[in-house]
Amino acid sequence: MKKQRRDWMPWTFLILAVLPFFPFNSYQIDVMANAALYALLALGLNVIVGFAGLLHLGYAAFFAIGAYACAFLNLNLGYPFWICLPVSAAVAGAAAVLLGLPVIRVRGDYLAIVTLGFGEIVRIVVTNLEPWTGGPNGLMGIGHPMIGRFNFGVDSRPYYWLLTALLALTAWICSRLRRSRIGLAWAAMKEDELAAGCLGMDTTRLKLMALGVGGAVAGMAGSVFAAKQGTVTPDSFDFIVSVMILSMVILGGLGSVRGAIVGAVILSITPELLREFAVYRMLIFGLLMIVLMRVRPQGLFGASSLKRVLHAR
Amino acid sequence: MTGEQLFLQQLLNGLTIGAVYALIALGYTMVYGIIQLVNFAHGEIFMIGAYFGLSLFACFAAQAGAAISIGVLALGLIVAAAGSALLGFCIDRSAYRPLRKAPKLSALITAIGVSFVLQNTVMLIYGAQDRYVPSLAAAGSMDWMGVHWTAMQGLIFAVSLFLMIGLQWVVYRTPLGRSMRAVAQDPLAAQLMGISVDRVIAITFLIGSGLAGVGGVLFGVYYSTINFHDGYLTGLKAFTAAVLGGIGNIPGAMVGGLLLGLLEGLGAGYLSSQWKNVIAFGVLVLVLLIRPRGLLGERVGDRA
Repeated sequence: MKKQRRDWMPWTFLILAVLPFFPFNSYQIDVMANAALYALLALGLNVIVGFAGLLHLGYAAFFAIGAYACAFLNLNLGYPFWICLPVSAAVAGAAAVLLGLPVIRVRGDYLAIVTLGFGEIVRIVVTNLEPWTGGPNGLMGIGHPMIGRFNFGVDSRPYYWLLTALLALTAWICSRLRRSRIGLAWAAMKEDELAAGCLGMDTTRLKLMALGVGGAVAGMAGSVFAAKQGTVTPDSFDFIVSVMILSMVILGGLGSVRGAIVGAVILSITPELLREFAVYRMLIFGLLMIVLMRVRPQGLFGASSLKRVLHAR
Repeated sequence: MTGEQLFLQQLLNGLTIGAVYALIALGYTMVYGIIQLVNFAHGEIFMIGAYFGLSLFACFAAQAGAAISIGVLALGLIVAAAGSALLGFCIDRSAYRPLRKAPKLSALITAIGVSFVLQNTVMLIYGAQDRYVPSLAAAGSMDWMGVHWTAMQGLIFAVSLFLMIGLQWVVYRTPLGRSMRAVAQDPLAAQLMGISVDRVIAITFLIGSGLAGVGGVLFGVYYSTINFHDGYLTGLKAFTAAVLGGIGNIPGAMVGGLLLGLLEGLGAGYLSSQWKNVIAFGVLVLVLLIRPRGLLGERVGDRA
C-alpha cells in the first residue's frame, strides 16, 4: 500500500516532461505551461488551506508580490532571472508571514474575510503606487531567463519545462512535508485547534510556517509568470484569481497533493476548451462550485480527515 | 469652499452612502447571527435589486433617460424589495439549506459559487457595460449651513431610517422577532420549544434580501449608474460595516454602516478617492485585530 501511494510522482512528471515532444502547436503548449503555473499555485495554497486549515481568500496577493518583486529586481537592479526567482520567493514568503502575523488570531470565516481584505489592499496599493509599480499600466520589458547563451524568449516550451521542474520539486517537498512532524501537527491543528494547542503545539508558529511556505511557492510562481509574460499588470491578480486557485484546491480535495495538481489542470484547461462559450464560462464555473460542494464536498482526492493522513503514512 | 464646509459636505455624502451600507449590512448580520454563514452572495442580491428597479423604471420612463417621479421610485423600491426577497429565499432553499449540517467551508464556497452565478447571469441579461439609472424628477436641492443637500439624500435617509426602525420593531417587539432571536441563540433549544427553525431562517433571508434590494435601488438612483460588478465591492464594504458594528448584532450593523460611510467620505475628501477602498478594508482588518467582536457585539468572534 505504502509503495503504491507514492509511486505516481516520478512517472507522472516523466510523462509531463516529454509531453512537449509530441506535435502540439504553440497555443497548446502555452495552455499546458499555464496549467503548470496554476498547479504550482494550487500546491502552495494547498499547504495553507489543505494542510493547515487556514481558509485564505487573498492568495493572489503573494503571487502578485512575487511577480512585482521579480520585475522590480530585474528592471531596477538588473538582476538575472535565476537570482530573482529565489529572492522573490523569499520576499513573498516573508510578506505572507508578515501579513499573517496580525490576523493569525482570527479564525474560520473571519480569517477568510480578512485575508480577502488584505488581498484587495495589496492589489489597490500596487495599482496606486505608480512610481514603483507603474500603476494600472504595470511594468514592462522584464528580461527573459537565460541559460548560458540560450534565451528562453517568448516560446512557451522552455517555461513549461521550468514550471514542470518547479512543480515536481514542490510536489515532492509537499508530500514529504505532509508526513513530517510539522505536517502531522498541521493536520492535528486543522482537526481541532484547541486540542492541538493543549497538547503543546505552538499553533501560531505552525500557522505562520504554513503561510510562509505557501507564500514562497506563490512568489516563485509569480516570478516565473513575470519573466514569461515580460510584463506585469495589477489586473492579473484579481480576487477572481484567488478564488480560481482555491477552487482548484477544493476540486482536487483539500490536503491532497495529487488533487491540487489534477484540480489545477482540469480548471485551467476547461475554460480553454469552453472558449466558444466564453461568456458562459464563469456562470458554468459558479454552478460547478455549487454542485461540487453538494455532491462531493471532500473533492476528487479528498483526504481531509486526520485518519486518512495517518493511513497515508 | 471653506474647510468647515468641506468637512460637513463630506460628512453628509459619507453618511448617505453609509445608510445604504447599513441596509445591506443588516442582511449579512441577520444571516450570520442565525446560521453563522457569511452570505457571499448578499452583495449580488443588492446589485440585482438595483437592476429590478432599473427594469421597472424602463417601463415607466417615457423615453430613455427620462427622469422618474417619486411614485415610480416608490413602486421601484417595493418591486425590488419583493424581487430580491424572493431571490434570497430561493438561494437559501436551493443552495444553502441542503448544506446546513455540512462543514462551514462547503457553505462558504457554495456562497461564492452562487455569487458568480448571479453576477454572470446579470451580465448576460443586461450586458457588461454601466447601465444608466434615471434620476428623480423635480428633485430639488438646497444649501443649508453651506452644505449642498439633495432631495435624494434626504430620501435615502428617510427610507433607510424607516426600514431600520421597522426592523428593530419586528425583531424586538413581535413573536416572529422573538423566534428569530431564539434561533440565533440556540437553534436546537428553539426547535424543542416548537419554533420551526427552517421557517425562521427562510424569513431571515426574505427580510435581509429585501432590505438589500431597497439599498440597491437607492444606490442606483443616487449614483445614476449600475454595473454587474458593483455588488461585489459594495457587498464587501457592507460586510465590513457588519463586522465593525459587531456581527450578529442588528443595531451594530446600522451604526457600523453609517460609521464606515462616514470614514470613507472623509477619507475620499481629505486623502484621495483612489485610496477610498483601502479605508474600508483597513478598517476591517483593524477592527478584527483590536476588537474582534465589533463595537456593539457581545460575543467573542472566533466561533467558526
